[in-house]
Order: sequence, then structure tokens, then C-alpha cells
Amino acid sequence: MSAADLTSERTPGLSNEVITASIDRARRHISTRFLRSELRLIFGRRRNQAGLGILAVVPVIIAIAVKVSTPRPGRGPDFFASITSNGLFVALAALTLEMGLFLPLAVGTIAGDSVAGEANIGTLRYLLTVPVHRTRLLAVKFAAITIFSLVATLWVSLVGAVAGLAFFGGGEMTLLSGTQIGMGQAVLRVLMATVYLALCFASLGAIGLFISTLTEQPIGATISVVILNVLSFILDSIPQLSWLHEWLPTHWWMSFGDVLRDPIAWGDMTRGLLTAAGYALVFWLAAWARFSSKDVTS
Amino acid sequence: MTEALSNSTVSQELSEEPSDVAVGDFAVATHGLTKRFHQQVAVDNVDLLVPRGAVYGFLGPNGSGKTTTIRMLLGLIRPTSGRHRLLGQAMPDHAGDVLPLVGSLVEGPAFHPYLSARANLARLDSVDRHADPRTTKVRVDSALDRVGLLAAADKRYRAYSLGMRQRLAIAATLLAPRELLVLDEPTNGLDPQGTREVRHLIGSLADDGATVLVSSHLLSEVEQVCTHVGVMHVGRLLTQGPIAQVRAVSELRARVQTDRPEDAARVLRELGLTDVAVESGWAVGTLGKIAAEKVVAALVNDGVPVAGFAVERPSLEDLFVSLTGEGFNVSG
Repeated sequence: MSAADLTSERTPGLSNEVITASIDRARRHISTRFLRSELRLIFGRRRNQAGLGILAVVPVIIAIAVKVSTPRPGRGPDFFASITSNGLFVALAALTLEMGLFLPLAVGTIAGDSVAGEANIGTLRYLLTVPVHRTRLLAVKFAAITIFSLVATLWVSLVGAVAGLAFFGGGEMTLLSGTQIGMGQAVLRVLMATVYLALCFASLGAIGLFISTLTEQPIGATISVVILNVLSFILDSIPQLSWLHEWLPTHWWMSFGDVLRDPIAWGDMTRGLLTAAGYALVFWLAAWARFSSKDVTS
Repeated sequence: MTEALSNSTVSQELSEEPSDVAVGDFAVATHGLTKRFHQQVAVDNVDLLVPRGAVYGFLGPNGSGKTTTIRMLLGLIRPTSGRHRLLGQAMPDHAGDVLPLVGSLVEGPAFHPYLSARANLARLDSVDRHADPRTTKVRVDSALDRVGLLAAADKRYRAYSLGMRQRLAIAATLLAPRELLVLDEPTNGLDPQGTREVRHLIGSLADDGATVLVSSHLLSEVEQVCTHVGVMHVGRLLTQGPIAQVRAVSELRARVQTDRPEDAARVLRELGLTDVAVESGWAVGTLGKIAAEKVVAALVNDGVPVAGFAVERPSLEDLFVSLTGEGFNVSG
């Protein structure tokens, strides 16, 4: 065949009519397909399922331990002493114990994986050439991190509540300020505390998303998130640094207990949510600034 | 000879900036595309021109800048300088409009190892805002079928062999109708049968009207399907154009097998052949304008026994050697 036969005479045609009919190049509707695909990847992955399993072990252990030997008041973390009076306190005790490492680690794993994981196995270049706009990629990834944070934290609460109610029963809940509320109100308050913490963890996830754009090693990004989390707790415990405390990402986390006051003390939790929103915004923008112009050579 | 093969002669009409009228005729048009990584120039002032409908063989040894060029074409990395258009539209500004029409395979396959082939393709389809979710299944299966993977569609990617992975990556480029396919080393890891199939697939895609840009470090593999070629060497595009035109510049060589090669070489020189040499029982010379049949007659006339005679068109590899003065080895 000669070169003359092969110049630009051909018009682009399409081979498969089924395919042709199904692709509308003009449409660009809002779709949740990408987000749903992300969630399937996250929750379909065995490592993450195992992680959720481990998160669920803690409330179960707490419930059993308290059942076997009732803690005396004044010993053990907050809420422990109240567990025998209402099983829902198992959920709050579990959240308190998992706040230091397990839940931040879980969110950090997903966040560290978000961009670096795709870069590491090379799928990032194929996402970008589909094409997925880089801003959209970061938005969907952060939405998935936030949803994972909500699911993981709610999961710990749910397992804690179920185990606690099974072992100790429910009924009226005595608040920190001494007043009593009904079961429905109690469940609502535990739910509020859980969502508050989940949003706090999601802001840590934004830091993880940013670190994830700096590296092709997801484990490295995850470890960095955990280190930052522990560092924040350490700095928060040094009295000489009190000027810094209210700016630390973890400083307001313990305020979730304020939902158990009557009336609910919103002050610190509002500060906590603003801090979380601030961290999320700053680090999402940092991730965007870094990623939107980055050479993808993975 | 090297002079005659230089870029300016082979593709003079192509190397100039395409005018506005001509822009749409090219599926890929780059102008002065350059990429520096720190001190090293990976791609140096490349003016790549791929006419619509062409099967363009993008050739060069490992490390010559092919993949970096392809990454720039697709907007994965930013050029240090220069600009380019895909399907007539400026990149990266119109990436959102153009890339849905471009199927690409860049630097080998990459998928989620714990997902099946089918799930991996569905994943890619789900992030495409132009794809219709109602037809995902049909399109995924037809893409898998086209590369011969339908039977292994539900196997996890991690269980795939290198050749199967390569096929899956090609299937991913076929999820939607494409006007341009950019295939970086598509035959890597494939057995001879797989290589033939990919060649056949490229041919059938071209028959459907798609433009194909296929890079390879194996010249002979690509030579057979290409209508156009471009040759890269240490970051520079040495030559490009329709394959016949690129090869026409290289001259025919006469090759004489004889037990008296020195005498045969003398006859060739007397006839006016150039670059005459003796290579292990063969006398070789460039024919130029001399007719091949004259050579045999002259040899017989002179009493030189001729055991074998061949006229050779240099392969792309020979052409490459003559362009660069070196072999087709890894560039530093």
C-alpha cells in the first residue's frame, strides 16, 4: 500500500453501533458514579474491611471487661463508670479510646491511599487521561475520605451501643450535669457526638490528602498522618505551649462529651467544628495547589 | 547520505507550523515541544505531526524521549516550552473535550490488583462523565472480547500474566469510540501470537477511521503496519513522514555472495557503486542510479563466480543507524 492511499482522506468513523449510540459527547451531567466507584473501592478492599473489624473489637472488649469486673468510680477513662447504668456509654468510651490512634489511623490509611495509592500502582495516569479533571479528582477523593470517616466512627458507636445495650440494657441516661434524659434523646446525643468526631477525623483526612499528593508511597502518607496526630496530642499536653493548644487539630476532639451536658454546651464544639473546617479547607487547597500543576510521572 | 536524510529534506512541508486551515488535518501537531527535567533535556524541540487517519510509528530506543513526549501530549506532564494540539484543539486547555476521544496506553498497564478485569474497566468507565452507565456492561464486554480476554474477565488482575495485562490496557482504550489512539509500546510482554494480534487490531482500528500513534523500540514490529514514521533519538525527532518517503531516501544496496569477494568488490567499484565493502564472504555496495541487473552481468563478464545476489532496501533499523551514526541502543 502506498503512502498516497493513507493520507488524511479518511473520515473518523466508529466501529460499533452499540457503543456509538451509547456515548453522548455533549453530555456532562452531574453524576455520583465516580464517588460511588471510590466507595466501592474503599469498602470492597479486604484490608479496609479487616480494619473496620479491628475498630469494632474495642467496644466489644470494653463491654466484656466492664461486665466481668465493674470499674470503681474515679478509675479508668471517662464514661467507664457510667456504663453499668446505661449500655450506650460503651459507644462513648470506645470513641474515647480509639480517638488516640485507631480511628485517626483508619482515616489516615484511606487518605494516604487517596492519591499516592493510585500513583503507586499507576492508575493515576489512566484516571487523568479518561479524563478526570484534577480538581474533580481531589473533590471526589476528599468526599470519599469524609464518608469513610463517618462510616468508621458510626460503626464504632453502633457496635458499642449494640454490645452495651446487650450487656447492660438501656433506659434513662444520667447526664454529666445530673439530669436524666429518655432513651430516644440519649441515642440522639450519642449520634451527635459521633458525627462531631467523624468530622474532626475528616479534617485530619484533608491533611492526609495533601500529604498523599506529595508522594507515591501511600504508607508514607499514612504514617505521616498518624505522626501528626500523635504530635498534636503531645503538644496539647505540654502546659508551656498553652498558647498553641487551641490551634491544634486534635485539641477540641474531647469536647464531644459536651453533648452530655444539659443544656448541650455548644461553645467548644463550635470551636472544634470551625477548627476542623479550617484545617480541611487549608489542606484541601494546599493539595489542589500542589496537584493541579504537578507532573504525573508515575 | 546522512545529510540527505536530515529532517529538513524528508519532512520539510511537515516541519513548519501548520496554518489555521491545516490544523484540523492533523490528529497530533506539536510545535517546539520541549521538556527539561532538572538539567537533562528529555524532549528537545519536537515538531510531531500525525495526519488524521495515519498509523504513525513513533520509533526510538528506550530512553529517547518517546514516553515523555506522549505524557506531554496527554497533559500528564507540562512541557517546559512549546505547544501542541490534539484533534485540532489546543492542549491542555481543551483536555476535557479532546481526551474523551483519545484512547491511551502509557508506559504499560496499571490496574487495581484486587479487582477483576471487568471491575477495573467498569471503574475507568465510571469516572468518564461522557459514558452512559446503562451501556457500561455491553461496552466493557465488547472491549474485553476484542482483545480476547472475555473468558478471563472475572479473574483478578493480580492473577493476570504480563501479556494479559497488556491486553487489558488495550481493552481500556476501546471502552468508547475514539478518533485517536495513543499506544505506548503496546506489544511489550506479548508473545509472537499476541504481537500479531495487536498489529491486526491496530490495522482494524485504522480501518475504522481512527488515527493511531504507536510507539515502539522494536522497529521491525511496527514497520509492517505503519503508514507514517517518526524517529526519536536522545530527545530529538530526527525524521518523520510517510513511511515510503522516509525510506525512499535510503538507497538500495547490492549484495553479492562469492568465494572471491575482493574481486567482486573491485568490479562493483569499477561499475560506480559507492560504499563498497567486503563482509564475510559478501561484497556489498550502494547501487545509486546503477541498475541491479548490470551488476550481475559485469560480475559474470569478469569471471567472478556469483553464488548469490540480492538487492536490499535498508530496514528502518539500518536507516536509524545511518541517521544517528550509532546502533539502536538505550540513550543515556
